[in-house]
Amino acid sequence: MKKPVKLLNELSKPGRRACSLPASDVPEASEKIPEKFARKEDAALPEVSEVDLIRHFTRLSQLNYAVDVGFYPLGSCTMKYNPKVNERLSRLPGFLNLHPYQHKDLAQGALELMYGLKEMLCEITGMDELTLQPAAGAHGEMTGLMVIKAALEHRGEKKRTKIIVPDSAHGTNPASATMAGFEVLVVTSDERGNVDVENLKSLMSDEVAGIMLTNPNTLGLFEERILEIAKIIHDAGGLLYYDGANLNANLGIARPGDMGFDVVHLNLHKTFSTPHGGGGPGSGPIGVKEELAPFLPKPVIVKEGNSYRFDYDRPLSIGKVRSFYGNFNVMVRAYAYIMTMGSEGLRRVAEDAVLNANYLLERVRENFVLPFDRRCKHEFVISGSRQKKENGVTTLDMVKRLIDYGFHPPTVYFPLVVPEAMMVEPNETESIEELDAFSEALNAIAEEARKDPELVKNSPKTTPVTRLDEVTAAKRPVVTWITEEE
Amino acid sequence: MNIPEELRYTKTHEWLRIEGNKGYVGITDFAQHHLGDLVFVELPETDAEVAAGDVLCSIESVKTASDIYSPVSGKVVEVNEDLEDDAGLLNEDPYANWIAVLELSDPSEADNLMDAAAYREHCEKEEEAMG
Amino acid sequence: MSSYLPNTEADRRKMLEALGVSSVEDLFEDIPKEVRQKGVGGLPGPLSEDELVRHLTALSERNCHLGQCVCFLGAGIYDHFVPSVVDAVVSRGEFYTAYTPYQPEISQGTLTAAFEYQSMICELTGMYVTNASMYDGASALAEAAFMACGVTKRDKVLAAKTVHPEYREVIRTYTRFRDVTVEEVGYKDGVLDLEDLASKLDDSVAAVLVQSPNFLGVIEDVKTLAEMAHDKGAMLVVSADPISLALLEPPGKLGADIVTGEGQALGNPASFGGPHFGFLAATKKLLRKMPGRIVGQTTDLEGRRGFVLTLQAREQHIRREKATSNICTNQALCALMGAVYMASMGKEGLKDVAKLCYDKAHYTMERLLERGFERAFGGPFFKEFTLRAPEPVETLNARLLREGFLGGYDLSRDYPEIENGWLVAVTERRTRREIDRFAEMAGGEKK
Repeated sequence: MKKPVKLLNELSKPGRRACSLPASDVPEASEKIPEKFARKEDAALPEVSEVDLIRHFTRLSQLNYAVDVGFYPLGSCTMKYNPKVNERLSRLPGFLNLHPYQHKDLAQGALELMYGLKEMLCEITGMDELTLQPAAGAHGEMTGLMVIKAALEHRGEKKRTKIIVPDSAHGTNPASATMAGFEVLVVTSDERGNVDVENLKSLMSDEVAGIMLTNPNTLGLFEERILEIAKIIHDAGGLLYYDGANLNANLGIARPGDMGFDVVHLNLHKTFSTPHGGGGPGSGPIGVKEELAPFLPKPVIVKEGNSYRFDYDRPLSIGKVRSFYGNFNVMVRAYAYIMTMGSEGLRRVAEDAVLNANYLLERVRENFVLPFDRRCKHEFVISGSRQKKENGVTTLDMVKRLIDYGFHPPTVYFPLVVPEAMMVEPNETESIEELDAFSEALNAIAEEARKDPELVKNSPKTTPVTRLDEVTAAKRPVVTWITEEE
Repeated sequence: MNIPEELRYTKTHEWLRIEGNKGYVGITDFAQHHLGDLVFVELPETDAEVAAGDVLCSIESVKTASDIYSPVSGKVVEVNEDLEDDAGLLNEDPYANWIAVLELSDPSEADNLMDAAAYREHCEKEEEAMG
Repeated sequence: MSSYLPNTEADRRKMLEALGVSSVEDLFEDIPKEVRQKGVGGLPGPLSEDELVRHLTALSERNCHLGQCVCFLGAGIYDHFVPSVVDAVVSRGEFYTAYTPYQPEISQGTLTAAFEYQSMICELTGMYVTNASMYDGASALAEAAFMACGVTKRDKVLAAKTVHPEYREVIRTYTRFRDVTVEEVGYKDGVLDLEDLASKLDDSVAAVLVQSPNFLGVIEDVKTLAEMAHDKGAMLVVSADPISLALLEPPGKLGADIVTGEGQALGNPASFGGPHFGFLAATKKLLRKMPGRIVGQTTDLEGRRGFVLTLQAREQHIRREKATSNICTNQALCALMGAVYMASMGKEGLKDVAKLCYDKAHYTMERLLERGFERAFGGPFFKEFTLRAPEPVETLNARLLREGFLGGYDLSRDYPEIENGWLVAVTERRTRREIDRFAEMAGGEKK
């Protein structure tokens, strides 16, 4: 399998095709496309046979690492197993082939599923109302912040234009704040890895709209002073936004709604087992407390007797953040997952995720710097700063070496508050044997860093390509096979 | 680390060279070293008015984007278009490859900047803080 | 307990022991007591796999799907044929259970496919660069509006009233909180009213946003619009139907600065409105202003060709609040479906699909004109067209449904000025028999 991959345009040969279309059974239209609108030169799409096509994409698939291939401990990404039955169910024709504008009476099953999912997610998070419209986590963040802004404006508080974001937050948080027209204030972390409450107090003013928090935070640590934080924000007239990236640790353990959060976004593609798809599609529903419900995007699904419909009559709604109702087929998978797990199962998910993370941390702690030595939740952050200083081996080198051991690297160089960070999230779908094997690999690499740093620095060696020249890629971007030919 | 004696420096690692009422602005050797391979410079627009401490433009490496702050106030009269084709020139020789030329509105502002000795000390402190 | 949780009670005990704690509860001691729960209350389940399949199958059967009726409904989502190769490829766990390709050495599959996707989208749209996908056609158009505002440093956009009503609504929501003004431009005979545009277009306008073929089905004069926009220093953003681009001159060749669109028609099932993917393509000048992920070609240390996520300094994980957009997760797998579809159809096949749509749509219109319907607009159209029905569309569609037809989109809510306006979409999947029967049921006796 070492031969280089040819691109589709390189496989192309005039006259080949990988499709079979019906012959036309209608006369050619007498009305022609006006010359000025007609395409002059054909789009140079590849011409390949069906066999070539399938072999090409199968070959490509074999160049990927994936959850179905092995352990994928990406911190904050919750790469849990994606149940196969959910894939099958999402492809039922009665879900897959529905037109979004077909009459509601022809889509009662879909509406019932969406309504049921909404109710379950409200229960899980402790919120009162929920929209399934946002297409991804960051989209949910933007939507949630817009809802906050609309609600504050409705209260007559237009001057609340600032949103507080921790220095350890995901990059999407400040970026989403900008999308929603907020200015970002950064709150620092304290020596326990929590939000620095004193620093938070100093940031408060009547211009603050609220705070965005991930809990457990991106260090994998529970914000111990969350109730105090909620009080500070609420007393100052602000609102609390919950970034649901790390909700997996809280299922059945602690609800954002009970912690004082007013808005929460969920990542169905993390917590609720829907596949990441190589980068998407996800789904980023947002739940809100009663006061904010009128501002949610429209339509909202309502139940009347035994039937369901979309309610568009929402005068205070922020409007729409995407077309139609959201990533419906992702919702089908998440619904199936929750039904499979049930109340007790979800609690067990959080317990096992947290147990796995603490166990794994215990197995590797001796070899790495622990920036915050506490019980973690579903993930932990360790630092490769010792190896960098003593052996000249960086975190990047070490995680590339992990690839040679057959593992996907953890999230690296994030959160920004920890130098040489490695953020490890072994979720509940991994067994103790897998954790043992991973910890042995990581410990072996720490040993290699001491004894044979060059080996680590020159990894990976077992992959179809080794380290790529990202500098040239960014300096002189080749972004299509057309640019390449120029 | 190369810190030419004849230039003035900011805490944010820009240098300034004054010629008459014009000021040449660039980034220091320290800056280019810590940013790593630079891939792109978003040059300022000519005729833009900037105040001392304002963002003049931004530069990118593969994994960072950094703002460049104007050491002094003035109007951008010229930009170094060579950098559009190759931001790596800043890595090769950060002092020969200036980013922009300003027409100074108040040449005395240069007195607020560090000289080479003070800047060297500033860099050493930062190195220390980074561990 | 569920089969997705591999650890046994013995495993758990062993792990707790290693941690020196007696119960898993001890791991949650740092959570304030006031908020600690004993589990989620009141959820249905747990269901076994068989129970789950029965439950969801029953729910799905309460829907009427496109295999059970004959679809003449479009308005942004179309009943195109999806070849079997598409699902065969995206059903591979190596594709759908992978994460964003941040580790290129073990993600060349996703990265290479995304590069091919980008190449094919640029071939179709006539643009220089595209990202690896957006959420949908609506948000892609909204992001394009922000791009234009950023580049021109202006804060007003003009949106044609002939743009999809939901897209315009999304643009209004996106812009409302960022002090960007949206003004709508009216239409005349089904296309953007050039006089109205001229009166609103001044040097405060960042972009003119249009759709072509537009929501009402009519092809807009992109070249003229581009010239008008450029005259005032504004950009032209075109939202296009990718299938139509096999026959229509690509907006990139007609002067558009940004081309966006909904990719559903490219191999993605209707799926009750999602997930599909949006595309956003632009000129070379806008390369570093693009939102979202972009894949670029490079070489590895040993000189082998490889692909990486590139120009990342634009993105949220690096530039945070100054990023070009907040988009992170996109619609990668749906874009992969688009890529497989485009490669499957190929240069000739996509033209064939487009030609079939074109001929069948025109045939359908002729049949309906024979039965009391009136063509609302004279301009050229592609696969969708607007008619004035002899009766309210609600009753018309209800009657058609009884005969197994999903009738056209009822324009009365969004375009009440078009009396009994009916937007009919015809794809390559419709047969002459279906069309004849549809016309007969819709209009009764031939006049």
